[in-house]
Order: sequence, then structure tokens, then C-alpha cells
Amino acid sequence: MEDEGEGVRAVPLAGHVGFDSMPDQLVNKSVNRGFCFNILCVGETGLGKSTLMDTLFNTKFEGEPTQHNQPGVTLKSNTYELQESNVRLKLTVVNTVGFGDQINKEDSYKSIVEFIDAQFEAYLQEELKIKRTLHSYHDTRIHACLYFIAPTGHSLKSLDLVTMKKLDSKVNIIPIVAKSDAIAKSELAKFKIKITSELVSNGVQIYQFPTDDESVAEINSTMNSHLPFAVVGSTEEVKIGNKMVKARQYPWGTVQVENENHCDFVKLREMLIRVNMEDLREQTHTRHYELYRRCKLEEMGFKDTDPDSKPFSLQETYEAKRNEFMGELQKKEEEMRQMFVQRVKEKEAELKEAEKELHEKFDRLKKLHQDEKKKLEDKKKSLDDEVNTFKQKKTAAELLQNQAQQAGGSTTLKRDKERKN
Amino acid sequence: MGQQKNLDGYVGFASLPNQVYRKSVKRGFEFTLMVVGESGLGKSTLINSLFLTDLYSTEYPGPSHRIKKTVQVEQSKVLIKEGGVQLLLTIVDTPGFGDAVDNSNCWQPIIDHIDSKFEDYLNSESRVNRRQMPDSRIHCCLYFIAPSGHGLKPLDIEFMKRLHEKVNVIPLIAKADTLTPEECQQFKKQIMREIQEHKIKIYEFPETDDEEENRLVKKIKDKLPLAVVGSNTIIEVNGKRVRGRQYPWGVAEVENSDHCDFTILRDMLIRTHMQDLKDVTNNVHYENYRSRKLAAVTYNGVDNNKAKGQLSTKSPLAQMEEERREHVAKMKKMEMEMEQVFEMKVKEKVQKLKDSEAELQRRHEQMKKNLEAQHKELEEKRRVFEDERSNWELQQRLEQQKMEASRTLEKNKKKGKIF
Repeated sequence: MEDEGEGVRAVPLAGHVGFDSMPDQLVNKSVNRGFCFNILCVGETGLGKSTLMDTLFNTKFEGEPTQHNQPGVTLKSNTYELQESNVRLKLTVVNTVGFGDQINKEDSYKSIVEFIDAQFEAYLQEELKIKRTLHSYHDTRIHACLYFIAPTGHSLKSLDLVTMKKLDSKVNIIPIVAKSDAIAKSELAKFKIKITSELVSNGVQIYQFPTDDESVAEINSTMNSHLPFAVVGSTEEVKIGNKMVKARQYPWGTVQVENENHCDFVKLREMLIRVNMEDLREQTHTRHYELYRRCKLEEMGFKDTDPDSKPFSLQETYEAKRNEFMGELQKKEEEMRQMFVQRVKEKEAELKEAEKELHEKFDRLKKLHQDEKKKLEDKKKSLDDEVNTFKQKKTAAELLQNQAQQAGGSTTLKRDKERKN
Repeated sequence: MGQQKNLDGYVGFASLPNQVYRKSVKRGFEFTLMVVGESGLGKSTLINSLFLTDLYSTEYPGPSHRIKKTVQVEQSKVLIKEGGVQLLLTIVDTPGFGDAVDNSNCWQPIIDHIDSKFEDYLNSESRVNRRQMPDSRIHCCLYFIAPSGHGLKPLDIEFMKRLHEKVNVIPLIAKADTLTPEECQQFKKQIMREIQEHKIKIYEFPETDDEEENRLVKKIKDKLPLAVVGSNTIIEVNGKRVRGRQYPWGVAEVENSDHCDFTILRDMLIRTHMQDLKDVTNNVHYENYRSRKLAAVTYNGVDNNKAKGQLSTKSPLAQMEEERREHVAKMKKMEMEMEQVFEMKVKEKVQKLKDSEAELQRRHEQMKKNLEAQHKELEEKRRVFEDERSNWELQQRLEQQKMEASRTLEKNKKKGKIF
């Protein structure tokens, strides 16, 4: 913490005040709360990731060895409660399953990046809540990423470079050479140099053990020069002398895990757990998380200063965002309404057209009908005329008949009468 | 949450507390303490006694020597080091508090100051680019009660009621060497009674899992509020050099726990609970301020109905996201409804058109039938008529023939042909 120059005076104390207990007060609180650490292991199937974790933490963690037939890269996460003297550690180990097994590995890094981002996002969401409980939040952000390099002895694979490049701004990367008992000592030194130079030339930022604190500066800077650590993992124990040690037994000799001449396991454990665990957590929070947060907020349109470079207050920022957002929603609503109005209009016109056609059709029919009726009337009339004509004829004829009958009527009448009888 | 695992050997994360220790020493500490009380209650003397330094001196006078017409809130920062640990101590004092004739609202500048420090922190926490966030929030407020021996003054009650939810309030009985132990006991009981009566929440010592610690905590709780004496002078008593106040009848020793509760205050405030005071400020008082502030921002411009509900736990951004989703759902619903109404209306109209067509068709059929019927009728009529006519004509012809025949007969008769 730097001196705040203005108005701060340093004053001598006339006795023991007691605030030198502050670090202890702080430590006590942390111990009571418990600690939390999350490790991500990235590497191809079969590089001994699970074994290394078991070796580092002196226990057997979950899981069966995975097959090589995974269709994509998935991340499997397991959380464990560990305790050592009065220190409780909530350890989460995340493994990449299926990394490097596909024919097309272009998207291998994607699920890893997504996972890391998802943890940042969860923390960010909690941090942004109105009612939040940060001090009891289970932090799932990845504090350290152990990148397992295959012990080819030549150089890094392009998958390794691509992946590490994508991860270096999101997580503390500690590259390690896995199963390093497969490499001879002379080749190992060359391999390490090659790896380091490839990382540098590709601009990959790996985690540097911090050298700003005098008490650990020396050991950290020494260790930095031993990166990447060449490790061997084993949970099997072999009797060496009169001790049981973790080792791998070969016909030509026994590789002792904790022998610093045989591999860098001890260095890894020292750096990762015993010296810099807290720094890894701090870096994750103050550097990687802040970067994620900054990008996310900028993406959403938040700024610290308005166009005139005057700082926004929190209220103004949120209000501006909110107004913009509401405006957008209203516009969408309006658009939808308009669309419907248009459709209604169109449909109405359509229906009107149909109605018109219908009426025209029936007008035509009506006309036909009128014509038919007229024809019928005419026919009726002509029939009536015929009937009348006939009636007249009949009447006239009957009249004539009557007259004729009256003239020579009686004899005929008699004869008719007789005939009738 | 996680699986319990046993370790088969030393891993080394037990060094984490050391790592934390190391880093915290490197970072240094800060603490902001506010002192409030009428002038002349020994506030500056107490601060000097607590921190064993001349924070207040003739060069930097205490609040009682800086009386203003209105209540001011002023701060002094000092950097003190002890045992490799660096502490940036800020003392905030309030000259003028309670000294006017009319002290209404004399707490307002103090409340405003506390809030403005919260606001500063909130703004720096909410920036896109966050750097070191200096913590100038008030971690503790020592409230000095005049040793009247009777009870709390209305101003005391009013002040504590207004501030207990914004800052850790630790009430102290000032100049306790003017009270006898019995008077002090009574006074304390009375004060605690009144504090409970008015539901004032003073700073509470946290319970721990440790039996021993809890016993100590209980002992302290029984002595609240702490009665203190401060002194800037060192006096020799029984060969020892102690801080004290010299009277003709003896020396009131500051650090003698039989004489006053100073050591309890010092131990609690500095040696055991300084970190807790900071944590409670951060986790409780600040969070209260923050959630109220953000809720106001979020609900700005939203329905009062919505705002009446309980405080949302979501961030304003998550709130907007939810509103967006709600809006999408609302639009979908609206779209569906409009679609439904549209379909219904179209169906109606189409049906009407169909009905109209059917009606017209029916009428047309009817008329056609009618006409056909008439046609038939006419046909029938014609047929009947023609039948009648042809019958009649036939009959006429027959008659004619008959007449012809009879006339011929007559003629023949007359001519002499007889049958």
C-alpha cells in the first residue's frame, strides 16, 4: 500500500498499541471461513493428470481413466473437502476429458474457454446483484491451470500453442512436462529450452511466481527458471533403503517422485501449494477476473466517462442503459403493431374484393332470372290469348249451334231422346 | 458440498494462513475511526491514549478546540507502524456536535459524511476500470456519553437511533473518573435499558466456536457501555510510569481495569476486533447502503406496483435481462392474441360472406324453382287447354259430321230415301 501523500503524517508510538495483531486477526478470520482453491488440468488423455493430482494431494480422487473416443472436449469438475491441521481447504479439480482425441481439434480449446468464462460470469452476476453475499460465495473461478505437455522431447504441438494462447489472458498457466520419466536428462534440458522459446516467440504469457515480496522473491525467481516443471506422478509406494517412497519401478531403476534429481515434482508442489497458492488466487481475482469483467461491461455498453470525459455516476450509467433498453423494447412493440395493422388492411381489402365479386355474380344471376321471368310472362300471355280466342270461338260456335238447334230442333230432339233411350 | 477426503501425508496447504499473513503485511492495513460527542468530553485525550501517540496536539488540535458554528466533519490521517505492521489510521471527528443551543439535525452532516464515503466506495467498485479501491468508509463510531449518572440525553438517543444501521456504534461513558463504581454501575444499567427500549443496535461482539473466547465476550458484554478515562500525561505510581490523572486524593490510572474500562476498549477495538469491525462495515452496513441505492436506480421509472414488492436480489443488469425476457414473452403473447383476434375476425367475415353467398344462392334456387313450377303449371295449363280445345274441336267436327249426316238424311228422306 502506497503512502497517500496529502495530509498523512507518520507519528511515532509511545508504547505498544497492539495493532500488530491485525494480520493475525485477518488470518484467524480466513481460517474460520476456510479456503478454496480450484485447479484446472488441461492435457491429452493418458498424460497422467489424475495421477498427478492424487500425488500432489496425497489422496485418491474420483474417476476412472477415460477412453480416447470422446466426441468433443468436456470438462469434469469435482469438489473435495480437505483438512490439514486447522486449515480447511475446499479443493475443486477440473479435468478436460477428451482433449486432443478428435481428428479435428480446432474447437478443442472452446469448451475450456467457455468453462473458465462461465465461472467468471457466475462471480460477476453475484457481484452485480442488488442483494449479494460475496463473503460466503463459493468461488469457482479457476486459480491455476496445469497444462500437461506430452513428453515428445521435440517441441510443443500446435494444439498446445493454440490452446495456451487462448487461455493465457484468462487463467494462470503453469506448463508442465508430463510423464517426464520418458525423457532422458540431456534431452529434457533441450526440451525445456525449446518449449520456453516457443512460448516466448508465440507471445504466450505463463504464470510467473511473484518476486515482489522479499521473503519469497529468491526462491520464486529460481523456480521461474526451472519452468516448465518436468513431473512424474505416482501413488504406488516402493521401499528405498528403509523408507517407503512414492515411485515408479522400472527394470533399469526406480524413479522416485520426491527426488529432486529425478523430476521437478517437489518444485511443483512447493510453488503451487506451499508458497504461491494465495498469490494464484489473488492474481485470478485482481487480474484475470478484472479483465473479464471489464470486457463484459464494455461489451454491454458501460463506460466510465461520458463523451465529454466527465465521469459517469453509477446512477447515470444505469439510467442511461435502462432508457436505451426501454426505447428498444418499445420500438419492437411498435413494429409488431404496425405489422398487424398492415395485415389487417390487406385482409380487409381482400375480403372486400371477394364480396364485390359475389355481388356481381348474383346480380348477373338476378338479371338472367328477370329475363326468364319475362319470357315466362310472355308465354303465359300468349296462352291466355289463345284461351281467350278459343273461348270466343267456342262461345260463338255454341251460339250458332243453339240457333241451328232451335230451327230444326224438335224432331232431332225426339230422335235424340229416342236414341238416348 | 464437496466430498470429505483424508490425506495420506503432508501436502502443505496448511501454509496458506502464512501466505495470507505475509501478503497482508505487505499490503498494509487501514482503519477509519469516528469520534462523536459534545465538546469537553475527553475525546482527543482518549484517542491519544488509545494509540499512544500525540495524534491531537497543540499543532493539531482536537475537535473541542476547533468549535465551529455548525457541525463539521473533519478527518486527520496518520501512518503508524508497529512490529512490521503498517496502519493508515484515519480519525474523523465532528467539532460542533451537540454544542449549539438548538441541536436539531446536528447528526445530519455526520450521516451525509458516512453516506458519501459509501457512495465513493460504490462508485469505485462499479467502475469498468477498477484499480485499487481505497477504503475510506467509517469502520467504527465511538459515541461519547456525558457522565451525568442519570441516563441518556434525548440527543444521545436520537443520534444512535439514526446511525446504528449505518455504522458500528460503540457508546462510551466519557470521563468515567467522575463516577464512583456504584454510580457507574447504575448508570450503565440505565443506559443499556434505554438502548434496548429504543431498539438501538450497538456493535455486537461476534460469537465464536471457542468456549474460552465466548466467556471473555460475555464478560465484556456485561460491562457495556464501557466507561473510559483518557490521559496525555505520564505519572509515577509505585515506581511505575503510568498514564493517569493526578488528583489530590490519588491517581486515576487509565490502564488499571479497577479504575475504568479503558484496557477493555483498547483490546477490543485494536487488538481483537479491529478486523471484525471492518468486516461488519463491509458485509452489513455497506451492503445495506448499496442494495438500497441500486434498488432505487433500478426501480426508477418502473411501476410503483413492482417497486412495492420485496427488494430483488438481482443485479440491475440481471433485472434488465429479466425484463427483456419478460418483454419477449409479453410480445409473443400479444402477437398470439393479435393473431387469434385476427383469425377470428377473418373467420367471421369469411363466414358472413359464405352465409351471404348461401343466402343468395338459396334465393336464386328458390326463384328458379318458382319459375320452374310456374313453367310446369303453364305447361299443364296449356296441355289441359289444348286437350280441351282439341276435344272440343273433335266434338265440333263430330257434331258437324252428325249434322251433316242428319241433314243428308233429311235430304234423303225428303228425296224419298228412308231407313
